[in-house]
Amino acid sequence: MSSPDKVARRKEKLDRVAKVFGPSKVIPAERTVEFLELILSPGDRVVHEGDNQKQGDFLAEKLAQVDPKKVNGLKLAVSCIGLPEHLDLFENGIAEVVDFAYAGPQGGRLAELVGNGTVKIGAVHTYVELYARYFAELRPDVACLVAIDADAEGNLYTGSNTEETPALVEATAFGGGIVVVQANKLTDNLRRVDIPGEWVDFVIESPKPFHLEALFTKDPALLDETRILMAMMAMKAIYQKYLPKVLNHGVGFNTAAIELLLPTYGEELGLKGKACTHWALNPHPTMIPAIESGFVEAIACIGGEVGMEDYVASKPDIFPLGRDGSLRSNRFYGQMAGHFADMFVGATLQIDPFGNSSTVTADRLAGFGGAPNFGAENRARRHLSEAFLRAGAEAHAGEYMPQGRKLVVQMVETFQGANNPTFVERLEAWDAMKTAGFAVPPVMIYGDDVSHIVTEEGVANLLLCRTMEEREQAVRGVAGFTPVGLKRDHAMVANLRDRGIIQRAEDLGIRKSDVSRDRLAARNIHDLVRWSGGLYNPPSRFRNW
Amino acid sequence: MEHLSFEFDGGPNAPKSGKPYSVAGVVSSSNLEVLAQPKDLGGKVRFEVNTTVAHFEDAWRAVFADFVERSQPRDVLFSINDFAAIPPVVSLRLDQAWEALA
Repeated sequence: MSSPDKVARRKEKLDRVAKVFGPSKVIPAERTVEFLELILSPGDRVVHEGDNQKQGDFLAEKLAQVDPKKVNGLKLAVSCIGLPEHLDLFENGIAEVVDFAYAGPQGGRLAELVGNGTVKIGAVHTYVELYARYFAELRPDVACLVAIDADAEGNLYTGSNTEETPALVEATAFGGGIVVVQANKLTDNLRRVDIPGEWVDFVIESPKPFHLEALFTKDPALLDETRILMAMMAMKAIYQKYLPKVLNHGVGFNTAAIELLLPTYGEELGLKGKACTHWALNPHPTMIPAIESGFVEAIACIGGEVGMEDYVASKPDIFPLGRDGSLRSNRFYGQMAGHFADMFVGATLQIDPFGNSSTVTADRLAGFGGAPNFGAENRARRHLSEAFLRAGAEAHAGEYMPQGRKLVVQMVETFQGANNPTFVERLEAWDAMKTAGFAVPPVMIYGDDVSHIVTEEGVANLLLCRTMEEREQAVRGVAGFTPVGLKRDHAMVANLRDRGIIQRAEDLGIRKSDVSRDRLAARNIHDLVRWSGGLYNPPSRFRNW
Repeated sequence: MEHLSFEFDGGPNAPKSGKPYSVAGVVSSSNLEVLAQPKDLGGKVRFEVNTTVAHFEDAWRAVFADFVERSQPRDVLFSINDFAAIPPVVSLRLDQAWEALA
């Protein structure tokens, strides 16, 4: 339900546009700035569509060009602050406050602009949290969205990279807001309708296709033996022990190594059919060998991936395809699928001695993205599975009320680079808290939620730790030669190892000489193309043959 | 190029494979090579390091001490050519070279 004011404001704006542009929903691209000035009032909340993959770059560019005397004080809401224009809005005096989930590429500049007072942060969110708030207290006045194709009635084809469009359009169209869409192409022949035209107020054909990042493409050639060692330890200590059927992998190289070891080492460990059958995941190219080897039954896609379109279309049983044969991803639903999964395996930039982790550093406000929903103990889960019960039996042993437990695995190398340890005594999130004026540090995954930490030194099972002191020593005990690792209590770490809370490669029966790139099912991008039967079409920057 | 040398008291495990040497790793970006050779050192273990990165003597000592405690070798000479490897890579290469010789 919208307030009467909002309904009146919407009608007034639409009348203004009709007076200048006529009754059509189609706005000429060259008049976009003039059009935006008609539908934007000072103080409006504007949702801009852009996540870590697709970005509505044309509308962002035009939005940053509106006259700040006419349009100012905007409240920007965007999943990923991925474009320079998002921050230009603040430097140009058009916007005041930003609510977001992730700021990867612009994280450094964002920290600077927050530090000097140019940008005010409403809050840093998870994706799902931000979408949910669009339906409650952050209702959009205007949404600037992205489509592949649109017709004159406003029907949209959003295809493989549908991602967050359904959430944003629904919150806006049914919340009294105005929906504007940049489409790569205006056409009368949509291959399917992902968003009905009735929910869309205006469409603009952009001069060039929207930006799409190949974020989930990891080149197997870059996987070194330390990552393979970590992957083998994780697979033996966690995958084989708990047999998680439904899982999510993060975007990093560590989990890419596991994906490429499933057909080889995973087969040896007997995982096929018993674990890793259902995934909440983008179409990772590094999943192709596991799919071709029969490990995977279904994948819920949060987004698409550049170059995977034809391969995905050839697997209708595994990927969510429309009647037209192309992928339909959905970020909100995909995130929820991961939220209710058996296991999350991800990475981070910093971990403290209690297992708290953050990707925010003193000079980069990176945000959280989806990690906190994927990587949090889910207190709302009620359905049971073998992995959920096994983890719960460890976490809640001896308690009155038996419960399950989600597996939340942080897989990190002890160093991010020479002299840049992952394990730190105090997260830089504490400094970011001061700079940005937050009441609490921006922690990505709380130590309480983490079940296992995997490093080159071994696997720490935090579910079995009974005190904070034990948890601290379990973390220090796998923190290697970082200052945090060197400060371990050797007697306590030895005790934790005797109890199986810390496991080294030798405790798991893994010989270092067995750790080899020869185990990878694919050793480079070209191998992935071969596994796909030529259907995977990698972006040119990944081609070196 | 910095040259460092370390010696530790060894444990009970002398090389048994009969191999004259073993090698692990390659010298390339962010990596290193380890050559392990049986050598009568009166029960001790020696590490000779050539490295492109200076001022990390304490870190090398910590990695070697951890390795010696873990694997308990004796009478072995480890010669290391380092190209800015991080400590976990050094550990992995030492383990691999020792496993092949032990």
